[in-house]
Amino acid sequence: MSNLLQILKPKTKAQTTTLFAWALIAPAALVMFWIVVWPLYETFRLSFTNSNLGTLMSGADYVGWENYEKAIGGRKFPSIVTRTFYWMFLSVGLKMILGLIGASLLASNIRARGIFRALVMPPWIVPIAIGCFGWLWLYNGHFGLISNFIEMVGITNGPFSFLAYKQSAFYSAIVTDVWIGTPMVTLFFLAAIQGVPKDLYEAAYVDGASRWYRFRRITLPQIMPTIVSMALLSAIWTFNSFEIIWILTEGGPRGATTTLIIDTFKTAIFSYKFGAGATRAVLVVLILGVFSVVYLSVLNRLNQRYGYSGVQK
Amino acid sequence: MMDKYTLLQKIGIYFSLALFILFMLLPFVEMFIASLRPLTHLFSRPDVPLGETMTFMDFMSRFYSENMSFQAYRDMWVTVPQLPRYIFNSVFLSSAVTFFSMCFIVPAAYAYARFNFRGKTLSLTLFLAVNMFSGAVLLIPLYKLLRMYGLLNTYWAMIIPGVAFLIPTGIWLLKSFLEKIPYELEEAAFVDGASRLYTLRRVILPLAVPGLIVVGVAMFIGAYAQQFLFAITFNQNRDYMPLPAGIFEFIGYQDVLWNEMMAASLVGILPVLLIFLFMQKHLIAGLTSGAVKE
Repeated sequence: MSNLLQILKPKTKAQTTTLFAWALIAPAALVMFWIVVWPLYETFRLSFTNSNLGTLMSGADYVGWENYEKAIGGRKFPSIVTRTFYWMFLSVGLKMILGLIGASLLASNIRARGIFRALVMPPWIVPIAIGCFGWLWLYNGHFGLISNFIEMVGITNGPFSFLAYKQSAFYSAIVTDVWIGTPMVTLFFLAAIQGVPKDLYEAAYVDGASRWYRFRRITLPQIMPTIVSMALLSAIWTFNSFEIIWILTEGGPRGATTTLIIDTFKTAIFSYKFGAGATRAVLVVLILGVFSVVYLSVLNRLNQRYGYSGVQK
Repeated sequence: MMDKYTLLQKIGIYFSLALFILFMLLPFVEMFIASLRPLTHLFSRPDVPLGETMTFMDFMSRFYSENMSFQAYRDMWVTVPQLPRYIFNSVFLSSAVTFFSMCFIVPAAYAYARFNFRGKTLSLTLFLAVNMFSGAVLLIPLYKLLRMYGLLNTYWAMIIPGVAFLIPTGIWLLKSFLEKIPYELEEAAFVDGASRLYTLRRVILPLAVPGLIVVGVAMFIGAYAQQFLFAITFNQNRDYMPLPAGIFEFIGYQDVLWNEMMAASLVGILPVLLIFLFMQKHLIAGLTSGAVKE
């Protein structure tokens, strides 16, 4: 015991600091270990078992790769993965474009900028579920605003239930996802734009550069680090997006909006197939991990070739 | 000079901004209008005789009815008698999550902002990597975990995961605030013989109050927003249900009581909207300060 204390006893100032710092971090680290790391390990372990509601307490049997073979070999799996990536790329792309447009507009030198900026935020701060209830009403076929509007304009000649058809349900969910994700992207892009040194613009202006040229050659490269990191963060969140799809369509109609996360939830929580659900959860983590690594290494490559300061330090 | 616009440019900017904001606010406006319309009016399609097209006036008639009133804001408490309870639960859960998460965030953020130590970068990266796992991925083991401790269907079932998933972001945000407090102040305290803990409590914390408030408010808003998933999976007890889950009670029976549902939604988001209104300047500055490095 006294030996142990001898070892633990800090000998230098640096060691004291390290010990003190870790003592401060320990509570947070323990919570993360308890609620995230251990469950992650447990998910991994469960994915090799036939765990379900019946075996929850008695203990499930090890089934090897069976769950994985069934999940990946499943008839629907390829389409679910494709759909998830399509969902992610389309939604993130739109969020980036809209965010960039919004931020540029809000950064322009006009009156009442502060008010406009505050008005953009509500979709982000309001609980996702409640925003989705609003969209549920907007998408209503007989009485919804959008359906009525396109009928008035003459695009349709009767009620149109947006969430009832495969294609329209998918794109409606995308619109709602973009609506929720855009404010935050806009805000961070705005902050980045306002952080660009003013003298760069002045120099370009004196040289007679047009507004568009200044945007393309100064603003864009300067805020590229923010764009790049926001795109990755946004991609991860969009990939994991659950509530929006669940409230709007529950993954339907006929699976048209079932992404990997929805499929995981349905399998695990609704069908009580914990083992098979855990397998899907592991696949989500693996796919996201691979995606992040590929994304960052492609950026690094581009970085070296074109000298963009791609990743934020 | 450079920031001057021609009239046409100005119109362009305002017009585009208006469109942008219309997209952002349309659902709320439509929710509010729906909450005022009587149910019979909500469920009456603009009258279009067969074979004729809907005119602009037909379309506009959906926004207005002579019987518009705040009746739904009174009726909703009768339709869903538990509504006050749900709103209380929402606020209570978010407050509890904010309180507990701050207890973990403050010391950790201080350590990251102040000291250089072994494993600093690695552990910070690991914290942030948690953002990659949404709650949905970890639901099954979390369910088992909470069940093991007998915490299913209690407030804890929603507080514990809520706290865990906010800690990384909180540490990251607060760290960038604390980094701005000059280190010399601490050194001065040390020289005067103050202990580390005393310095943290008496020198750093008072200076960090604005940062703490911003991070606290951000945590509250985050907690308010993320209640839904944990509520529908870990809690079956209606007494503990937060508002987003409780609102589902307006759907069902026979019709969806859209006007009352929208009224309840709007009342339910009032707490966060008010906090945001008062804090928006500091909040926006605080949230983005970590993202932009000079």
